[in-house]
Amino acid sequence: MRKVDLLIIGGGSAGMAAAIKAYDEGIKDILILEKGEFLGGILNQCIHNGFGLHEFKEELTGPEFLTRFVNQVEERHIPYKLNSYVTSLTKDKVVTYVNSSEGAVQIEAKAIIMAAGCLERSAGAIGIPGERPAGVITAGQAQLYLNEYGYLVGKKVFILGSGDIGLIMARRMTLEGAKVLGVAELMPYSNGLNRNIQQCLIDFNIPLYLSHTVTNIIGKDKLEAIEISKVDDKLQPIKGTEQRFDVDTLMLSVGLLPNNALLNNIGIPQSRSRGSCVNEHMETEVEGIFSCGNVLHVHDLVDYVVEEGRLAGLGASIYLKGNLHKGEHEISTVAGDGIGYVVPSTIDLDNAMDSIEIKFRVRKPSKNVYIEYSCDGNVIKKVYKMAIIPSEMEIYKLDKKLLNKDYKTLKVSLVNKEDVK
Amino acid sequence: MKELTCIVCPRGCHLLIDDNNKVSGNSCPRGEKYAIQEITDPRRTLTSTVRVDSKLLRVCPVKSVAPIKKDLVILAMKDVNKIHLKAPVKMGQVVCDNLAGSGVALVTTRDIKE
Repeated sequence: MRKVDLLIIGGGSAGMAAAIKAYDEGIKDILILEKGEFLGGILNQCIHNGFGLHEFKEELTGPEFLTRFVNQVEERHIPYKLNSYVTSLTKDKVVTYVNSSEGAVQIEAKAIIMAAGCLERSAGAIGIPGERPAGVITAGQAQLYLNEYGYLVGKKVFILGSGDIGLIMARRMTLEGAKVLGVAELMPYSNGLNRNIQQCLIDFNIPLYLSHTVTNIIGKDKLEAIEISKVDDKLQPIKGTEQRFDVDTLMLSVGLLPNNALLNNIGIPQSRSRGSCVNEHMETEVEGIFSCGNVLHVHDLVDYVVEEGRLAGLGASIYLKGNLHKGEHEISTVAGDGIGYVVPSTIDLDNAMDSIEIKFRVRKPSKNVYIEYSCDGNVIKKVYKMAIIPSEMEIYKLDKKLLNKDYKTLKVSLVNKEDVK
Repeated sequence: MKELTCIVCPRGCHLLIDDNNKVSGNSCPRGEKYAIQEITDPRRTLTSTVRVDSKLLRVCPVKSVAPIKKDLVILAMKDVNKIHLKAPVKMGQVVCDNLAGSGVALVTTRDIKE
């Protein structure tokens, strides 16, 4: 069986950043497996600008951002295989992949970094009522067709969900001559970035229907119309508020989920982020298997994806040099009141760096609050936030000195200002 | 007094600008610059794709090298749609030097080897 020191599953921004970091740390025997035709993953279809403000201090389009990383991979001659899809992996780190030139191949790795990105929630996942005609498509799929293959999927479009991909596609399809009739969002607030509401909807007079959802899909073979309704505060449709839109396309932008089946299948515990539980070095409970990027938790900025990729690349290189041993002082993180999830799931105090990045999302938009960090009931840090929203991942660099070796848990909670004594 | 959403970075600050062009609500100097620009001469960077003859792709992504007047964006798409490239394409290659009469160039944003 072929052997490799470090196998990276996914050649997108997380995988490339991990590979580059591990290489620079002295790990030379690396292989990246990428299922697509190019390195770069989802950035290949994200032709809009706004990437790289943190990483490169300038605003780049997705393809420009990824090209800079591809160039770094090429300069180092890090091997990669395109059109190669990983079908399984085992706890012993034997990975099976398939491609059209080699067929099915098994390869044994000393360490694995999982960087397979995320998947879109589909029509089936949200249980849309009505018929099942052609013309209902996820926003990312429509983006792939348009920006990589050059096909416009429809001329009269309605969008369900106000995630960023849906907003970006509202503008993109308008520019290509389609008519976008509106965007419906179930929640009373948008899940997209404010700037995208402005430059993708308001700039083109596209209405945003907050607290609305699609309640019917009409059309036998091809989509003919959709119906939206207002929802009440329990998110249930209100009878009598139906509005009909004659459209040929319903685009869904209703969330992303980590594409983590490979690690779920070998029983690695799942975090509330829907990715695997990892420690401060992005290592799962199986020693030598790491996870980073959108397969670990869905990010909103690629700049943070590459930082996390580098962290996993660093972790894997320390592991491969034989210096990453499970210590005796492990702290588990807990998502407390108002917090959706926390990454990492555990902090190994013996291995942790001086500053530990705690990443989390709040459950709903809040103003004038504190984020409280407490260990076994003792508050160790409080950070004031004027405003905080679920669509922005929070990153807090926790000083390791605040953590005591006797602590077992670190809880992150959202506390209203008036509740703080 | 006018309310604006800053589009300079993903943070999306909520800006207020008064009749004397005094800006508040911004977290950085770019927000102030944006607000004044937005009420006097709103501009947008255009990103799109152009046709390409290539073994690998049917379209090549492009961008305007600087923001163009907002009113010109739809008109600029007419120019974009006339462009037809042949591989190989180098990232940053100028494919139109005066987009919709704006004086701003359109460049490719990726390499296409063949």
